[in-house]
Amino acid sequence: MTMTAGPVALVRRYAGLFRAQLAVSALTAMQYRADFVVRGLIAILWMAVTLAPILVVFGARHTVAGWTFPESLVVVGWFTLLHAVLEGAVSPSLTAVVEHVRHGTLDFVLLKPADAQFLVSTAKIEPQHVVEVGGALVIFAYAFAKLGHAPRATEVAAGLGLLALAIVILYSFWILVVSASFWVVKVDNLSYLFGSLFDAARWPITVFQGALRIVFTFVFPIALLTTYPAMALLGRLDLKTAGAALAGGLVFAAVARQIWRRALGHYTSASS
Amino acid sequence: MTGAGTSTPARPGFASELGRAARAFPTLLRIGVSEVVAYRAEFVVWILTTNMPLVMLAIWHAVAADGPVGRFDQKAFTAYYLGVLAVRLLTSNWAVWQLSMEIRDGTLSAKLLRPIHPIIALCADHLSAVPMRAAVISPVVAILIWSGWDRLLRHDVVLLLVLLASLVGAWLLIFFAMVLMGSLAFFVESALGIFELWIGIHAILSGYLVPLEALPRWLRGAADVLPFRFMLGFPVETLVGLLDRHAALRALGAQWGYVALAALAALGVWRAGLRRFSAFGG
Repeated sequence: MTMTAGPVALVRRYAGLFRAQLAVSALTAMQYRADFVVRGLIAILWMAVTLAPILVVFGARHTVAGWTFPESLVVVGWFTLLHAVLEGAVSPSLTAVVEHVRHGTLDFVLLKPADAQFLVSTAKIEPQHVVEVGGALVIFAYAFAKLGHAPRATEVAAGLGLLALAIVILYSFWILVVSASFWVVKVDNLSYLFGSLFDAARWPITVFQGALRIVFTFVFPIALLTTYPAMALLGRLDLKTAGAALAGGLVFAAVARQIWRRALGHYTSASS
Repeated sequence: MTGAGTSTPARPGFASELGRAARAFPTLLRIGVSEVVAYRAEFVVWILTTNMPLVMLAIWHAVAADGPVGRFDQKAFTAYYLGVLAVRLLTSNWAVWQLSMEIRDGTLSAKLLRPIHPIIALCADHLSAVPMRAAVISPVVAILIWSGWDRLLRHDVVLLLVLLASLVGAWLLIFFAMVLMGSLAFFVESALGIFELWIGIHAILSGYLVPLEALPRWLRGAADVLPFRFMLGFPVETLVGLLDRHAALRALGAQWGYVALAALAALGVWRAGLRRFSAFGG
């Protein structure tokens, strides 16, 4: 049926599905009230933990690897925003897929008449991470107040564009991790490895030297995730770098989608 | 069948229970070791998740490039963070996950029926990972010795003994803290949420992210009094020669005091929780 529908109808159908999934996970999250509050508190504490080493480092020096304190805060702002997206919207759904694969209940998802990647990617959202989005905005506001000027509209646009790209890259990485679960089933610790690597993205890429610099630029591109968006917002990113980042990110997303489809072909129901 | 082990008929004497546990312990350790070996790929991934000390080392290297920070120059930072990596990998354990999961899904019922205390079994399970952990950190320790030989403690036998005792103390303190938090799953649904809070506070106040000396004064004061330092920062500081004999011995006393407190609190919460435990399954 989906094959014959026009593109407009298709988009409307998926928008409706998305709304329904969102409503269900919001209701689920608010059902456990104590847990909801605890998780909100954790989000706030987590921001304090993120800021602590940066405050300590800039307590010792005015600039580190060419970045001043307020400029680094812009990187932290992007990091906090991305962390909210990752923990609030990307991780919970995809962790659920790993469970599905282990229990064999992925069958029920695959039987539904909609794209499986869409369904599993929107299955669970944790709305309490909105707190972090607010925190990120506060960090941005403080940083630009210290810098003494606001970003221009074009810079904000470039930053938002790179944010979208960063989300696509993060999501693609996650899809790769989940695809791995079709082969090696017990993969939940890979997701912790992923999270621990992502933690390094709170620092501007220039503080890393040697091997770490190469790893964080090309293998796990935290430069693309937070440093470039920050540079865009600060008006320090040239068009060529931005273009290359965009092209690289899109190719990566396409590859991840292909691997997911291959992995799905590999899936043999575990039970039921 | 609710509450498989809540009413313990004719409880055997404490001494005989301990004797039985001691006899079972070597077997439990062997099982644990073979489990770690069987899941070695998983084990390695877990080890790799502890990469934050290396990231922080890179950052402090960039910071200290143009001169020392306090009494830390680049080489001191290298020694400190390699020490953090080694001690952390050696002493960490995740009993809290296992315990809270078993309480929630009822697998604990089956464990309660076994003729050995579940916490002793848990202890053996996590202790058996220590040899493998020691093997994993040996390259880190080798690099540490090679790069920081002149600043490590070497002449002082007392400090060396303090280091060994502090490592044992750190392991026990972490283990009992984990049991304490895991047992909270008897009472609240978000025991793991509490654990996440703990991770955050631990990261700052244990010396994991930043040497405690570099913290602002007010935070430093809190870190000195709270138990977190004794789980990580204290053994590391002893290892890389930041503490003199007097300070080290005093810290060791405080650490073992905390170990005793944590053990009492953990067992207390465990007992109280067991009384209201009514899940079944397994």
